Amino acid sequence: MASLKEEVEEKKKLIATLRNKPWRMKRRLKLLKECQAFVEEFEGALGKGKGRKLYAYKVMMAKKMIKFNRDFDNFKTACIPWERKIKEVESHFGSSVASYFIFLRWMYGLNLVLFAFMFGLVVLPEVMMGLPYGSIPRKTVPRAEQDRAMDISVLLDFGGYCKYSILFYGFYNDERTIGVLQFRLPLSYLLVGVGIFGYSLMVVIRTMARNSDEGGDGGDDGQFTFAFKMFTSWDYLIGNPETADNKYASITTSFKESIVDEQENQKDENIHLRRFLRVLANFLILCSLGGSGFLIYFVVKRSQEFANLDQDDLSWFEKNEVEFVMSLLGLVCPPLFETIAELEEYHPRIALKWQLGRIFALFLGNLYTFLFALFDEVNAKLEKEKSIRNATIWGLNEYYSNYSSYHNTTDIPPPDIHPADVIRGPCWETAVGIEFVKLTVSDIQVTYMTILIGDFLRAMIVRFLNYCWCWDLEAGFPSYGEFDISGNVLGLIFNQGMIWMGAFYAPGLVGLNVLRLLTSMYYQCWAVMSCNVPHERVFKASKSNNFYMGLLLLVLFLSLLPVVYTIMTLPPSFDCGPFSGREQMYNVVMETIENDLPAFIGNIFTYATNPGLILPAVLLMVLAIYYLNATSKNYQNANLELKKKMQMARDEEKNRRNNKENTNQVMQDLEDLLPNRSLLPPAAAEEKPPPVREKGSKSPKVAKRPGAAANGKGINIQKDVSLAAPNPKAAVTHPPGPRGPSGNARGPPPGPARGRGRGTPPSRR
Amino acid sequence: MLHDCTFFTRKEILQLHGRFHELAPHLVPLDYTNQPDIRLPLALIVSMPELKENPFRNRIVEVFSEDGQGNLSFNDFVDMFSALCETAPRELKTIYAFKIYDFNVDNFLCKEDLEKTLNRLTKGELTPEEVNLVCTKAMEEADLDGDSKLSFSDFENMISKAPDFLSTFHLRI
Repeated sequence: MASLKEEVEEKKKLIATLRNKPWRMKRRLKLLKECQAFVEEFEGALGKGKGRKLYAYKVMMAKKMIKFNRDFDNFKTACIPWERKIKEVESHFGSSVASYFIFLRWMYGLNLVLFAFMFGLVVLPEVMMGLPYGSIPRKTVPRAEQDRAMDISVLLDFGGYCKYSILFYGFYNDERTIGVLQFRLPLSYLLVGVGIFGYSLMVVIRTMARNSDEGGDGGDDGQFTFAFKMFTSWDYLIGNPETADNKYASITTSFKESIVDEQENQKDENIHLRRFLRVLANFLILCSLGGSGFLIYFVVKRSQEFANLDQDDLSWFEKNEVEFVMSLLGLVCPPLFETIAELEEYHPRIALKWQLGRIFALFLGNLYTFLFALFDEVNAKLEKEKSIRNATIWGLNEYYSNYSSYHNTTDIPPPDIHPADVIRGPCWETAVGIEFVKLTVSDIQVTYMTILIGDFLRAMIVRFLNYCWCWDLEAGFPSYGEFDISGNVLGLIFNQGMIWMGAFYAPGLVGLNVLRLLTSMYYQCWAVMSCNVPHERVFKASKSNNFYMGLLLLVLFLSLLPVVYTIMTLPPSFDCGPFSGREQMYNVVMETIENDLPAFIGNIFTYATNPGLILPAVLLMVLAIYYLNATSKNYQNANLELKKKMQMARDEEKNRRNNKENTNQVMQDLEDLLPNRSLLPPAAAEEKPPPVREKGSKSPKVAKRPGAAANGKGINIQKDVSLAAPNPKAAVTHPPGPRGPSGNARGPPPGPARGRGRGTPPSRR
Repeated sequence: MLHDCTFFTRKEILQLHGRFHELAPHLVPLDYTNQPDIRLPLALIVSMPELKENPFRNRIVEVFSEDGQGNLSFNDFVDMFSALCETAPRELKTIYAFKIYDFNVDNFLCKEDLEKTLNRLTKGELTPEEVNLVCTKAMEEADLDGDSKLSFSDFENMISKAPDFLSTFHLRI
């Protein structure tokens, strides 16, 4: 009975692994039929006796589960968007350009989930259950701005009706619970704001882990250069003749490069000149980075001054100076860095990494300068707010005292002022939100313009002016553009960083980004297919994938910091947003714990936040990290040791076969260090013939080791015997010492048949 | 049933059948329930856009055909795309890669096999000395047991360290 069950299990396992076996399909199908028939026949039979019904039921449920999983998988595959489009791009441009679009699609999925959170848990409740527009001061356009609130220029600047809408922080009311469902909006707002980061972090790390798993162990770059080039360089996804031609050309070039590398070892040029040039290049680039940072700071400061002036006096340029300058820097600096980097003469792969690092630093520096300037603005607004708040409180007190003295009651109704006329504080969070939205929008505009002008217009000019131009525009300058993968990916990453930072202050920003990514996908697919040509050196996609994920992770952390800082430190505005009136934003959580949750949970939290508990927890985590780090290092060392062993085994095996010089340098040195046997007494003379004869034969594997001579000497090392021979560098026919006897019995006799059977060496080793 | 033997979902297998039918509409029936034994010749299969530009297309089709001449039945057709698809495991792909690059079908990659591979990859652009150098170097790098040809274990050992093998040795249908 049990054995039957075992057999059934075995058959089931076989069915599950059937697709992994390298068999002909016919054989697989036949086996599958047999196994399935067997399983069906005996599965029913096994259920005899007690528990038969239960067993049958279990089996049926398992089958249904499998079918359900299969259907769900089918459904999931059907849901993945843009598969055809990406495949088209892939076949024309290779896997590297397609990897950008796959990354874009992944981002779109991430943003869609974030949008669902934000929309479903914050925006929708406020819209459906909260107070409508115009009912309370924070939701109404102030009287002073009302006559201009509908102007297109104001709207495009996100002022007017835009500013007082669900797009921005200021619209949300601070009532603890709203609507019939008692939905706690402020709490939800805070949790969603933090949850966005948590979810993004989780997804990014999960993707990184998945990617690093498929990446293989990295391997030694130098170990298998030619073999890899030969067997893994052709990209089987290429289906377009032009791309294929490019691929052939790039493979040929790559082989030629490696051949040249192989033929000349080190081109030892003037190291000092090269070092000087590299230092110079880095200095220049640092200067330009510093310059751009200063420029941004200056421009933001100016925009603060402009904000104090009347908006009508400013030209469009002055109003959007910050965004304009930042986008301009993003356009101009990368080519500048590339030109300067030509001084450095690095290997192209290293040069690319430097380039990416520098552009990253540029964007980062710019973004943080922008943020610091923003903080200055926020502080200024906070100061202003204090005075307005005092004024409002004073006015309210005046009203109350007047009213009570006039009507002589203590039950005073709230002042009957139209919401538009109430004095409003400068809502700094909304201002910050507006800045981020403007930055994102201008970034979108610049990207689309660049593609339109840089790629489309260029392609049109090259194509149509070619008929009447002196030189061949298509082959020479400017020719068609190539798709700039790294620039686009970095742009995408930084855009996402801005979204993460701004989402807390402008809930509508995530929705905006979803739209942007959607249109980007179609627009860029179209642009790539119609205006770009495949790269000359088709870029390898695999290793860099985790590099981009790593950058994304870094940007995520960096964008987390400002938001957490503001949540923890800065006081919220007193009259706008879901946290108004509180001391700190996170007080919402405290209030919820006190008021809504049962008492003991409050106690738990008090205990949990006790430093006495947190410090040991932190210590424990640090120790765990240290331990895991040490373990991982040990594994790496063990790995290296094994690799070394394999390398040694290979070398020795090759030595045996090829009868060449000893390739192991250490062994060579040891050999040279051994005492000179020719100075020994005449007993050594007898040994000379066997080694000489030994050397004469071409057989490296023969068991005719001069073991007799060695034994006679009482020293078992092979080398001293070979030293006795005229050429001290005779072949090491066997590895020294203990392995000797096993080598004796090994292998077929020497001769022309140099081929060996497959089985023997691994088992011996 | 094919679903259990391949890495494809039902939708994909139906798509594949559509493609197979497109290649020879008058030969391939739309209804496969009677398991007709129709084989399409090599010339038709390598005209598919996914394979057209591949320098090893003939070898690929030959490897997956039962008679070694390149005539594929639908089962073999599905098998080919399944083994080369994204979700196939590394070990399976290594086995098939070895078979594809083995031009003289002797279960070893000898120097002539390497030379043929190289010439197909570079379309004959390299000089004979360069071809010789590259093949010698590649053989040196990968050959572990020193018999100046690559057995499957040599090949597997080398490929297991290759970072791009999985991403380049992959056909999408």
